[in-house]
Amino acid sequence: MQQAASKTTPPTISHRPPLAWIGQGFLLLLAALAVFVIVKNMIDNPPLFIQMVISGLQLGFVYALIALGYTMVYGIVKLINFAHGDVFMVGAFISFYSVAKFNLHQWPAMVFPGMDGLLVTIIGTTTVILISMVICMALAVTIERVAYKPLRDAPRIAALITAIGVSFFLEFFGALNFVFSPRFIPYQRPFDVVAWYIKDGIYQVQPGQAPPEGAITFSNIVLIIMIASILVQIFLQFLVRKTKIGVAMRATSYDKQAARLMGINVDQVISFTFAIGAAFAALGGVLYAIAYSSIWTQLGILPGLKAFVAAVLGGIGSIPGAFVGALIMGQAEAMTMGYISTPMRDAVAFSILIIVLLVRPTGIFGEPEKEKA
Amino acid sequence: MDTFFLVASLVKIIAILAYIYGLLWVMGHANRWVKIGGIVLAFAVVQLALTPFGDFQILTAFDQGLLYQACAMTMVALGLNLIYGFNGQFSLGQWGFYGIGAYCAADITYRWINGDSRGLIVVAFGVVLVALAIWGIGKFLSRYRGIPVMSSFTLYLLGTVAAAAVAVFIGNALQPLLQPALGTPENPGWLNSEIALQVVFFLAVILAGAFAAIVSFLFGLPVLTLGSDYFGIATLGFTIVINTLMINSDTILPFPEMKGGRGMIGIPKLTTWFWAFAFMVLVIIVMRNFIHSSTGRTVMSVREDETAARAMGIDIAGTKLLSFVVGSLFAGLAGGVYAHYIGFLSPGTFDFLVGFNPLIIVVFGGLGSMSGTVAASFGWIFFLEGLLRVILSQMGTEAPTWRFVLYPIALLLLMLLRPQGLLGNTEWGFLKAKVIPLKVEK
Repeated sequence: MQQAASKTTPPTISHRPPLAWIGQGFLLLLAALAVFVIVKNMIDNPPLFIQMVISGLQLGFVYALIALGYTMVYGIVKLINFAHGDVFMVGAFISFYSVAKFNLHQWPAMVFPGMDGLLVTIIGTTTVILISMVICMALAVTIERVAYKPLRDAPRIAALITAIGVSFFLEFFGALNFVFSPRFIPYQRPFDVVAWYIKDGIYQVQPGQAPPEGAITFSNIVLIIMIASILVQIFLQFLVRKTKIGVAMRATSYDKQAARLMGINVDQVISFTFAIGAAFAALGGVLYAIAYSSIWTQLGILPGLKAFVAAVLGGIGSIPGAFVGALIMGQAEAMTMGYISTPMRDAVAFSILIIVLLVRPTGIFGEPEKEKA
Repeated sequence: MDTFFLVASLVKIIAILAYIYGLLWVMGHANRWVKIGGIVLAFAVVQLALTPFGDFQILTAFDQGLLYQACAMTMVALGLNLIYGFNGQFSLGQWGFYGIGAYCAADITYRWINGDSRGLIVVAFGVVLVALAIWGIGKFLSRYRGIPVMSSFTLYLLGTVAAAAVAVFIGNALQPLLQPALGTPENPGWLNSEIALQVVFFLAVILAGAFAAIVSFLFGLPVLTLGSDYFGIATLGFTIVINTLMINSDTILPFPEMKGGRGMIGIPKLTTWFWAFAFMVLVIIVMRNFIHSSTGRTVMSVREDETAARAMGIDIAGTKLLSFVVGSLFAGLAGGVYAHYIGFLSPGTFDFLVGFNPLIIVVFGGLGSMSGTVAASFGWIFFLEGLLRVILSQMGTEAPTWRFVLYPIALLLLMLLRPQGLLGNTEWGFLKAKVIPLKVEK
């Protein structure tokens, strides 16, 4: 009887779950509220809005640099590397010491006294950044070898707890007086931050003088962060798509066993991934410290977590995803700080995480993957 | 003097662990009278040690504080062990629920002694009404199958907000009626006497637990669907957000008496050994009976294999939510006990970095071992907070940092060498599974 009925009338099974409109309506309402707040403020005060966008870009590009490490490591070993944010912090501290203690940002001027000032700054700062990157790479590889490698076949949560332990260790070991310092340290910049304002043309902001009302200010550090971050993206795309190690990385993230059978040294690939992620985190750490000019040993926790949220938002395991997700996170945070209230920035970041995971668990760029326990 | 202190502290730690073992053993005794007598005796022994005889006192005020902290920590860690150890949901949000419980209970009694009964009335009615609303919405939703979690969350949220609004209205309406009996701080009425305050304290702690449970229900409903490590990050975010709200409780939240980041002062110090012990024993009994019930086995089956559990007809989402809510309830109770021991709540206490402590305790004691958690909580507090803090404080200003350097190392070594925890699966006395004797047919 039922069969006959289904033969005459095509089955109209709705795959739409019941009452779905309530949840969707709620989310739409939230989205509409956010859009309303943003648009209203944009119309009310356009210069302030653009100022917010610029500070959001500054945050977002730094998050992008950190998020790369998260997304690559998660893509390959399925581990939330909690200690990544602390590698970022260590990068900032190393650059602090090479600038403030060893004056390394001035070494070309000491070696070649007649050198042009701008060239000295560029070469010196690059050296400082490179030193931070190399030390952080070594640190990340050590962490991976000592703490994560023995637990590769253990349950995922065991590795996560170990990662939390490593993160704690770095934070509090760094807080000892003979290592770094337990206090906030004013960061000595390797070069001066120059700010400009746009109002009927571009003018430089004079020190000790506020820009006029309604002007949009931006500084050289914003530009440097943006350029560095975009260059890293391009480099990484090239590395992953065109080089041998990139192919090995992709193969390892797809299937570790099969990659091993194909003659890929999986341990080496994993170490390389950790190293390259740490290098970009160190770069991010130096730039972040230059931009915000104050460092302490727990500096990396919240940027690290937010960068992780950005990686999830973009689709974890995807490199362009991490980039886009980080930019969205930066904007969301800047808008919250500007228009709602500064303390709520963390709340917004984690709300984004929860909503993304509920609505689209694979993120913007992610592909659906099989859950491995 | 130093050697004497060291030896005395070590003896105290060993004695306290022996005491825990004895307490659990006597609680598990077959004879009911031995059981009750043993618990009373265990209570009385410590009470006696806390009572000063002239100048002499076995347990000093410092030890007394450690005891209360250890009781609170035991409750928090047992709750976390239920969520993580027994149900396998990696939660870092336990500390947030602890903070919610602490602030909620403290606010109720603080308002009460200052002649404002609204705290108690609003929370009491709020808890009852929200529970009714959740129950009603649950009944309504059970008619449908496969509702998206966002939809059910929205409905529950609306119900909770509506019920809370009604509770606030009732509170404002009932306050004038109670005001004469409550009096003012300068001129307290009969409802502000010692005995009434004890009752209010008891209610406040229970309500704080219920409040934390409701928050955990609303939060857990969408978040528990995320899966293991994402759930961990989301709950960590929860702790961070709760801490942010505490820091801004007088600006973002409408609670000027919590004084935001400066910390809430003037909370009546009502926690006595009796209350701390009673709540801890209550939590241990509830936890043990829960775990060794059929619901408890359901909870553990979800940890072992979700697919197999679903095939057995177990409601995965419901089970996860249940253990999360019960675990948070314990944390809320612990918060109430802690707030009224310390008398001062600062957001720094509920920072997420400190929030890893219960996790470390649970891992040390052994995941899925209740005795391990209880012993590790007491050992942790008495060793790290007590002995090590005193020793290190004589070594210089860097002492607190050294503690935090040492325990990640210990955690790492533990994860690498003995991932099942110090006690593994051993259970002591009362916490052992009840073995039902086989009936021999004659």
